[in-house]
Amino acid sequence: MVSIKPIRDLIIIVNQRTEIMKRIFLILIGILIALTMNAQDAKAILQKVDDNMSSRNRVFESTMTIHGKRSSRTITSRSYAEGEKQSFTEYLSPARDQGTKMLKLKDQLWIYSPASDRTIQISGHLLRQSVMGSDLSYEDMMEDRKLTDVYGVKIVGVETIEGRKTTILELIAVLDDVAYYKRKMWIDAERFIPLKEELYAKGGQLLKRTTLTDVKQLQGRWFPTTIVYKDMLKEGKGTEFKITGIKFDQELPAYIFTKAALKK
Amino acid sequence: MIRFIFKGLLRDRQRSLLPVLVVSTGVFLTVLMTGWLTGIFKDMIDVNADFTTGHVRVMTQAYAQNETQLPNDLAILGADDLTAELEKQYPEMEWVNRIRFGGLLDIPDSLGETRAQGQAVGIAVDLLNPQSKESERMNILRSIVQGKMPDNKGEALISEDFAVRFKVQVGDKVTLFGNTMNGAMMFSNFIVAGTVRFGVAMLDRGAVIIDLSDARNILDMQDASGEILGFSHAGYYDDEQAALIKSSFNETFTKADDEFSPVMLRLRDQNGLDEYLKLADSMSFIMILVFVIAMSIVLWNTGLLGGLRRYTEYGIRLALGEEKSHIYSTTMMEAVLIGIMGSIVGTVFGLALCGYLQTYGIDFGRVLDNSSMMMPQKFRAYITPRLFYIGFIPGTLAMVLGNALAGFAIYKRKTARLFKELEV
Repeated sequence: MVSIKPIRDLIIIVNQRTEIMKRIFLILIGILIALTMNAQDAKAILQKVDDNMSSRNRVFESTMTIHGKRSSRTITSRSYAEGEKQSFTEYLSPARDQGTKMLKLKDQLWIYSPASDRTIQISGHLLRQSVMGSDLSYEDMMEDRKLTDVYGVKIVGVETIEGRKTTILELIAVLDDVAYYKRKMWIDAERFIPLKEELYAKGGQLLKRTTLTDVKQLQGRWFPTTIVYKDMLKEGKGTEFKITGIKFDQELPAYIFTKAALKK
Repeated sequence: MIRFIFKGLLRDRQRSLLPVLVVSTGVFLTVLMTGWLTGIFKDMIDVNADFTTGHVRVMTQAYAQNETQLPNDLAILGADDLTAELEKQYPEMEWVNRIRFGGLLDIPDSLGETRAQGQAVGIAVDLLNPQSKESERMNILRSIVQGKMPDNKGEALISEDFAVRFKVQVGDKVTLFGNTMNGAMMFSNFIVAGTVRFGVAMLDRGAVIIDLSDARNILDMQDASGEILGFSHAGYYDDEQAALIKSSFNETFTKADDEFSPVMLRLRDQNGLDEYLKLADSMSFIMILVFVIAMSIVLWNTGLLGGLRRYTEYGIRLALGEEKSHIYSTTMMEAVLIGIMGSIVGTVFGLALCGYLQTYGIDFGRVLDNSSMMMPQKFRAYITPRLFYIGFIPGTLAMVLGNALAGFAIYKRKTARLFKELEV
């Protein structure tokens, strides 16, 4: 007579293993769902940031205070920006810079100087040069694309900054032609605007740090009106960029975004 | 006796030809390499001194720390007063103001828009003052390939390579674009007075030379200067003199708690030139040592072969009653004579090739195209009085040493066995 005990034991072992496999499978599914949800949450947050920070067009006046080692200087300017591809800036003061104009069309940048009556195009690696000795490069000024178009994103933590709860996002570039391969952004959890940002090179070196403050509600959106840029490779106290007035979605004359406007 | 030995050497060429060839080759290489390396180091130090470091250089401490970035925002303020003070306190040197700046040289088309552009290294020197020695010091006049020296404000010299690459002609308008001392945008138009090629890759890539007063205007640097350079009136770098002036100046002017206070550096404190100066000083010794060791080994071997060949001769001389020490000393005298003959031949050929290399040099331009060091593209030799005698040291020493080692075989000969050996 054949004993059924070994068969019963075998069935028990198989059942146990199946149970373990099920659990592993469920854990993996859980991780996958969590990751997907994280990515979806992160992407949704970034989309809201883009919604706040981008607009069809905008006109703003600003001051840029550059803190040098010996002294500080403040430059005022008026800028017009349409979408992601066109912008025009006219420097209003000080006298040395008055009348200097800057035009960005897609990935090209021209600067016009009334003193020399010359229009100079800045391109290639020269875009990485500092603008007027500030902590901003021409590349920084030109980068207007929506973050969701350029970066993949995930949530890496939470933190409280100046009493405001923030979600920390890590952005990794999905395109090659970006100024910064990696960004770390501290996003206000309620207002969906960045309060702090760190910009990294592909090698992992921290290149710039920005702090965004004076968040105001303007035409139904939250917007930071003071940004302090600090080039981490440079000594100094950084550059303070303050928006003194801003209007979104205005009717802009088309000629503003032409080279002819530079000499007007 | 010497005449006798000398005649012996001339008549028995097998005794002298190979050693003379070995010695002259070694001496030739010693003289050539010493002369060539002396020339390379001298040119390198001269280029650095004339274009960048001076024999001494005064900058603010903050500027000195970031010097490679040409940080004119940290330049010396009150430069005219400081220069006057330097002239008063250290009259043994000539003091000159210089401004170096980075920027973009932009070439317009007929509509005034960018046709071509490249990065420029601007050097502002006192060009328009007829008493200034700056153009002579930087060899500007002889480096002009097309056009002429600027003789008016608003004129510039640009690198010939840049002009060729971007098709810029003498008389064309070019625009310098950069930042002023205060960080404002600087756009300034210049007329190209001429093009220059210094034979220094770093400058020939994109140098722009303008007058100091123009630079002060466009960079908002009135009464300011990036650097004040001191050049010894003697015309050459004297390390002791530089060290004394540096120490005296820094004691008086440099303040530890003020990064904008001036600091003086000697030539050898800058651009890693200390290592090169040390190397230049020890180069002759290294050359002599290498060739003495190498040639001694070869000549020892030659001496041993000669000893075998002259085995019978030494045997007969010993049999005739000549002292072993006398045979040894005559061998040494032969060695000295061969050493001197070889040294004369080697020195003559070495000096001849050095003379050629001093005039024409060897162009390493392609190798140095991307070099960021201030180095001449042509490596030239430099004939110094030392080259006339330096070859005699390894030449004679190696020959004597080689023969001295080989000559010990004489003392191993057994007089009792001589006749048996001579029968063979």
